[in-house]
Amino acid sequence: MNAHVETSSIACPDCDLLQHMPPLPRGTKARCVRCGHVLASRPPGPRDLSLALALAAAITFVIANVSPLMDLSAVGRTASTTIAGGAYQMWVEGEPIVSVLIAFCAVIAPGAYLLFMLILLFAAQRSPPPHWAGEMLRWTHHFEMWSMLEVMMLGILVALIKIAEVASVEAGIGLYAVGALILLIPAVMVTFDARELWARVEWVGGATSRQAPGGVPVAESRR
Amino acid sequence: MTGAALTAARAGLVSCEACQLLSRPASASAPGYCRRCGEKLEYRRHASIETTWALVVAAAICYIPANALPVFTTTTLGEEEPDTILSGVAFLYTSGSWPLALIVLVASVMIPLGKLVALVYLLVTVQRGSIANNRERTRLYRIVEIIGRWSMLDVFVAAFTVALVQLQPLTSVAPGAGVLFFAAVVVMTMLAAESFDPRLIWDASNPRQAGHG
Repeated sequence: MNAHVETSSIACPDCDLLQHMPPLPRGTKARCVRCGHVLASRPPGPRDLSLALALAAAITFVIANVSPLMDLSAVGRTASTTIAGGAYQMWVEGEPIVSVLIAFCAVIAPGAYLLFMLILLFAAQRSPPPHWAGEMLRWTHHFEMWSMLEVMMLGILVALIKIAEVASVEAGIGLYAVGALILLIPAVMVTFDARELWARVEWVGGATSRQAPGGVPVAESRR
Repeated sequence: MTGAALTAARAGLVSCEACQLLSRPASASAPGYCRRCGEKLEYRRHASIETTWALVVAAAICYIPANALPVFTTTTLGEEEPDTILSGVAFLYTSGSWPLALIVLVASVMIPLGKLVALVYLLVTVQRGSIANNRERTRLYRIVEIIGRWSMLDVFVAAFTVALVQLQPLTSVAPGAGVLFFAAVVVMTMLAAESFDPRLIWDASNPRQAGHG
């Protein structure tokens, strides 16, 4: 069985230096004394702010995925596409791997991120949070990295300008929804206090029976 | 900066990569799983140097066909016109939107190349046991990690051009083989950045520390 150490000690993920983490006031950050990595940051707003933002983002995400991103017309013919349409056409044209990658980065990863965040934020209202919250929070971080809506937005704009040479293009509701999403998703990320939730997650042999720190040195890391 | 900084590994502790909980594993060779979140515990990422080298070399090889092969082919009234990444940049530049040409050039050419060069530099300095510029090298790693996603830009440009320009028989756009190689470069450089362990940069300053796995 692994023994855990007092949770106020932390090792920098970038340089492994052991440090003592003082309680952070709202709206402040703690940096590693050795390499400068942001070890922890405490968002300024109330806890429910990220829940409100995540709800707004989830609704916007649905709109972004069901409405057309843009309409194209040239010599009496029209075409339109959605986010999923971008991935689907790649599949049809014989690039299934690229198609899956686009679907993952543009739909699955951001969708799963928002869904998991909503479940987590509702679960975090309970005290203590349910035992699966830790496992879920871990997965949420993986989806965060592969969610690339902001890159997709820029990609669509470049494509639009290229196409505007040969046909007239009009932005659809979906494009405005994506524009709102690329502001809402980072807002959820910065207002969510992952550290606060981690501190409340209970685990076998943890939280309730705190063990003495085993010779862990103290290094102030606040800046 | 003294060489004897106390790291978690030196203190016999392992930090969870997901939730940062410190554990004191019963066995140093098999630390097991984090008790709070279930993440696999490792003092250093497993086979970090080897995995990163493999992905960097594979990405560098794929980078050649990614640029040489067309990312998409436009067919206008039976006439086919292939487009590579660089010809796409040239098109944007000549059509008057040079800011966009610059964005695409940075995202599709400079970021992937810069990432490969930066990762090779980090790998070589770590393998040579360099103890100079640790802070700067860690910052370089962090930049590589953050900007990597932006090279997906051209994959999205190709996807939405293909999805929208389907006006058969007048004009249509089909993806080329280049887009697959380019997507492979992006994914492999992102995975390479993930598999590189920045703590190895600092380990050379702690010579008597337990080895990494």
